[in-house]
Amino acid sequence: MSAVLPAIPPVLAAIGLMLANGVVLIYMLRKVLGHLHLRLGPTHVGPKGLVQTTADVLKLLSKEDVTPNGVDRWMYVLAPVVVFVPSLMAYAALPFSETLRITRLETGLLYTFAVLSLVPLGVIMAGWASANKYALIGALRAAAQQVAYEVPLLLSVLPVVMIVGSLDLAEIVAFQTGVWAGVVPRWFVLLLVPSFVLFMISALCELNQTPFDMSEAESELVAGFATEYSSMRFGLIFLSEFSNSFVISALAVVLFFGGWTLPFVPDAVIAPVAPLVFVAKTYVGIFIFMWIRGTLPRVRIDQLMNLGWKWLIPIALAWIMIVGVVVKLAAPGGVA
Amino acid sequence: MSETVNGVTFIILAFASIIGAIGMLTTRNIVHASFWLLEVMVAVGGLYLLLSAEFLAVVQILVYAGAVSVLLLFVIMLTLRRREDSVRPVEISIGGGVLAAVFGTVIYVAIAQYGDRVAEMPDVAPGVAELGELLFTRWALPFEVASLVLLVALVGAVWWSKEEDR
Amino acid sequence: MTEVGPAAFMGLAAVLFTLGLYGAVARKSAVMVLMSLELMAVAVNLNMVALSRFVTPTEMTGQYFAIFTMVVSAAEIGLGLALVLAIYRQTRSVELSAFDSLKG
Repeated sequence: MSAVLPAIPPVLAAIGLMLANGVVLIYMLRKVLGHLHLRLGPTHVGPKGLVQTTADVLKLLSKEDVTPNGVDRWMYVLAPVVVFVPSLMAYAALPFSETLRITRLETGLLYTFAVLSLVPLGVIMAGWASANKYALIGALRAAAQQVAYEVPLLLSVLPVVMIVGSLDLAEIVAFQTGVWAGVVPRWFVLLLVPSFVLFMISALCELNQTPFDMSEAESELVAGFATEYSSMRFGLIFLSEFSNSFVISALAVVLFFGGWTLPFVPDAVIAPVAPLVFVAKTYVGIFIFMWIRGTLPRVRIDQLMNLGWKWLIPIALAWIMIVGVVVKLAAPGGVA
Repeated sequence: MSETVNGVTFIILAFASIIGAIGMLTTRNIVHASFWLLEVMVAVGGLYLLLSAEFLAVVQILVYAGAVSVLLLFVIMLTLRRREDSVRPVEISIGGGVLAAVFGTVIYVAIAQYGDRVAEMPDVAPGVAELGELLFTRWALPFEVASLVLLVALVGAVWWSKEEDR
Repeated sequence: MTEVGPAAFMGLAAVLFTLGLYGAVARKSAVMVLMSLELMAVAVNLNMVALSRFVTPTEMTGQYFAIFTMVVSAAEIGLGLALVLAIYRQTRSVELSAFDSLKG
């Protein structure tokens, strides 16, 4: 029992963060998409529509929870939980600052990818249990693309791991502090441009974001695997999607943009506001995802699979090879 | 991680995995069976954590839960013509039962006789860095062979499941 | 109650392996047989990781064997499922009893 009690506050904190993050992100998504479409987005509830999402959450909570006839009942009930729990677990290894994190894992990076790889199973579960053709097609599309793009996603971060020599997210950040030659930040985005591009494309696909959102293409599949879900069960699925985009964006910040640190600013200044810096950087990443979402058209499923298997994976492998040779030549006898 | 295995955690995970295995074998619905298998895989991943094999635990989740289960579900759904086909009666095989019982008894006797020769859990538990170091030095040749096996399996799976007639 | 020795892990692995063995023999669906084989592979892995922790904690021999077992069983499940798909296209069935075209 003694091991269980101390674990409760961080879990509650993570749930709170997920909820707050979901509310903020939905508002942000509507505003950003609205302005990209030359609309205003929500304006009525509260100043500039600020409490619109809070009202929506209350509406969602108070709605009737419909369980359609003919569903696979146990799996129907369990699926939102199976989608939600891995998203929650993904927060465990994220380093918000030098000290603020739930736990420090030696295999932090791999752990985060491993728990995120459980999400497609919840998606298939939801799609199958719903006994609905749209739901099943949406679920299978989602699972196929997430499984296919996990490979380039993992391969794209390998060069970073090879150079740092650790899977610990905090050490990856520590490696990126400071500047080269007094002007260039030691961020991996400047050192490993192909890795970053591969990571971004795979991440968009992993998150089922436009241009790769055919799993819930509104014009074809109603709402994809979540079609039959209502009320808070739908809320859980929705929340976990927004939470996943936070986690992936946070990973991008850790891997390529120096985590909680800023170049040219001494650590003593950063230390008190480090978590804020981290969250701010993460939100910039999410903004870029939304920007892409508002700009690009959807691709076809076969184009998606061709891109993943025939282009991204070979390029990622070749790039790993190049980085490996350079690392070996630059630092014989081990990585610096 | 403490240097003894926590009995309560072990028992919870052990029961989770056994219940998962029994559920997999007794359910009539093949889709449910694959989710029971997933449950076993996650529980065994937890047991690896108890044994301070952190890397293996993560890889277990990544490979078995993330990839193998999804693959299984895809093939199950591709080979179902109707949704109702997923439910089939559970076949009971007496021969299989006898074989499993005999095998189980033999293993039980073996464990009862030799199982507790090493009872103490040693203190040292090397981390991921040491694991990787040894994997690419002492185990380099098996590692290369394993990657070759995977490559051949990949090509073979693509060849076999190709749609058009050869 | 607080300490668990290697025998407990070996016992658990034996139970899982036995269940897997029963499934592999008894079930008639090819996919179920493959799933039972996976169960057996996991049981073997658990045994090796447990013994590696107790017997060779610094060399981690069992962990390397477990890694290679994972590779082999991943390859096996990939090939096995591809085979099931290929046969399903010809016989429209995944029952093992339908795969009897070589019978005289």
